[in-house]
Amino acid sequence: MKHLKPINKKAQKIEETITSVDEDVVALQQQPRPHVPMGCTLSFSPGWEVDAGGGTAGLCQPVERDIYDCYVTCFWPVQVPDHVNYSPDWASNCAAATKDWRNLDLVFP
Amino acid sequence: MTTMLAHRYRRGELHEFRSSDTDFMYLVSAGAIFALDEGTRAVLDLLDEGEMSHEELATALAGAGHSPADAEDLIRELRQVRAIHSEQVTIAPAPSAPPADYPLQALVLNVTNQCNLACTYCYEFGADKIATPAGKPKYMALETAKSSVDFLLAGSGNREAVHITFFGGETLMNFRLLRDVVGYANEQAAAQGRKITFSLTTNATLLTDEIIDFLSDNAIGVTVSMDGPAEMQDARRVYKSGKGSYAVIEPRLRKLIARHRTRAITARVTLTAGITDVIRIYRHLKDDIGFHEVGFAPVTTAGEEREYSLNGDDMTGVLAGFHALADEWLDYALQGRMHGFTNVSETIGELIQGTNKSHPCGAGLGLLGVSPSGDLSPCHRFTDADTHTLGHISTGIDQGKREDFLARGHVQAKYECQSCWARPLCAGGCHHEAFVRYGDTGHANLHYCDWIRQWTDTCLKIYGTLAVRNPGFLERFAERKGLS
Repeated sequence: MKHLKPINKKAQKIEETITSVDEDVVALQQQPRPHVPMGCTLSFSPGWEVDAGGGTAGLCQPVERDIYDCYVTCFWPVQVPDHVNYSPDWASNCAAATKDWRNLDLVFP
Repeated sequence: MTTMLAHRYRRGELHEFRSSDTDFMYLVSAGAIFALDEGTRAVLDLLDEGEMSHEELATALAGAGHSPADAEDLIRELRQVRAIHSEQVTIAPAPSAPPADYPLQALVLNVTNQCNLACTYCYEFGADKIATPAGKPKYMALETAKSSVDFLLAGSGNREAVHITFFGGETLMNFRLLRDVVGYANEQAAAQGRKITFSLTTNATLLTDEIIDFLSDNAIGVTVSMDGPAEMQDARRVYKSGKGSYAVIEPRLRKLIARHRTRAITARVTLTAGITDVIRIYRHLKDDIGFHEVGFAPVTTAGEEREYSLNGDDMTGVLAGFHALADEWLDYALQGRMHGFTNVSETIGELIQGTNKSHPCGAGLGLLGVSPSGDLSPCHRFTDADTHTLGHISTGIDQGKREDFLARGHVQAKYECQSCWARPLCAGGCHHEAFVRYGDTGHANLHYCDWIRQWTDTCLKIYGTLAVRNPGFLERFAERKGLS
């Protein structure tokens, strides 16, 4: 810490804890910076498979496009169908996303 | 639409203080102390006005000349130590009651409930006593004392060292038992490869050369209950005839301090009506008699109606004396010297650690009292009080009663303490005092809240000054107190 100086043992322990946590999450901070996909990981972006009530009507962006976008470009595994194990054919009817995105089906875990 | 997290920040619970031209904060949720720089100072000042969003805060800091990266650092550091909070963060609840198998650390053996003095303010014999000794043994039997040693060693988990305090009544009225049990305890502890240490409290009237040598040989710490020079000591620390005890103890004390070289000898002064000249008492006990340390505590009473009770003016005088001695303590510390005013030393010891108490003391946790009959109680002050028995040495701790005692005494159970910044060290104050005053061990001792806050602030300022001007002293102090 640059601005706060711990002056008793409890404060030193707090600083040690914070420092150890900071060092624990170097993945996105190392240089050169790794590829960080935009869209889902660094901001809160509602619109995943289903809304809190289990439906799709309340989602604020086209669910299909969003999911497909993740499927192709994003590593964030929990938010797209698992095409390695359970949904290998999920995108097989979607040769060109801009034209065929309606062919992507919903997947319920 | 993509929404970025919009944090709004407010100040966390902290007490700020300033000493040696440096700003500090005492974090109430942790007991931690941090020195602030100009930037963190600015953030806290901005939040004095009320909540601010992350963006407002960053903009205001940029306006004050901080770079954007610096502003983010400032906010992040304060957030990480929880000096500032955002409303989107839920603070984890504090730990609840300690586990039922919390290992014992110390026992207070009330080796007798008899006393050869009749101090008028005594909590054990005076007007506000809670003890009910009728029909119970007056002196502890050796078997009970030995069982207590076994009980302590068995109940102390894997602690390397445990402690026994001998108490009374007048402890030395049962010196024979004390001598025998020290031998037994040393044997038992050694057989287990563990350490056991001892201390006792006495009125000093019965000290002999033989006893002093025994205490020194066995490194038994001695606390003498004593109120000051002759006219103060003799005002209320009297024999049943009314005769004062000063003339009897004075030569004994000098011998004790001259011959007992293995542990510090401490005086413990009870402040009562008219006995409030803290500085004069300290000078006498420290400089004239030669005690290593002198500690003061106001008398415990049910109210202000007792002949010996301290009133508000008395307490103001006491606090003025405390502050004068605290200044002296700091002067000594800045020169690297130890001062004998225990009330500062104890608090500084706790501030070094960053103590954050769930309970005001170890009573019922790591510490229990044992009455002459073998009844267990939270501490020596509850000895022989039927209303507060926590089991018996032969049958063990009554876990239900212990849990009730600890649940009541938990700082989170004390409503008034929740908004007080001094609660990490105070935790509501003495269980016994609360019971005598309010009829409930779990009641906060509201009659000395202002006093505690003022005193804690004074000690924090001393701590801050030392952290800036003589940090090495604090390190040595911690080692000397066995705090490291």
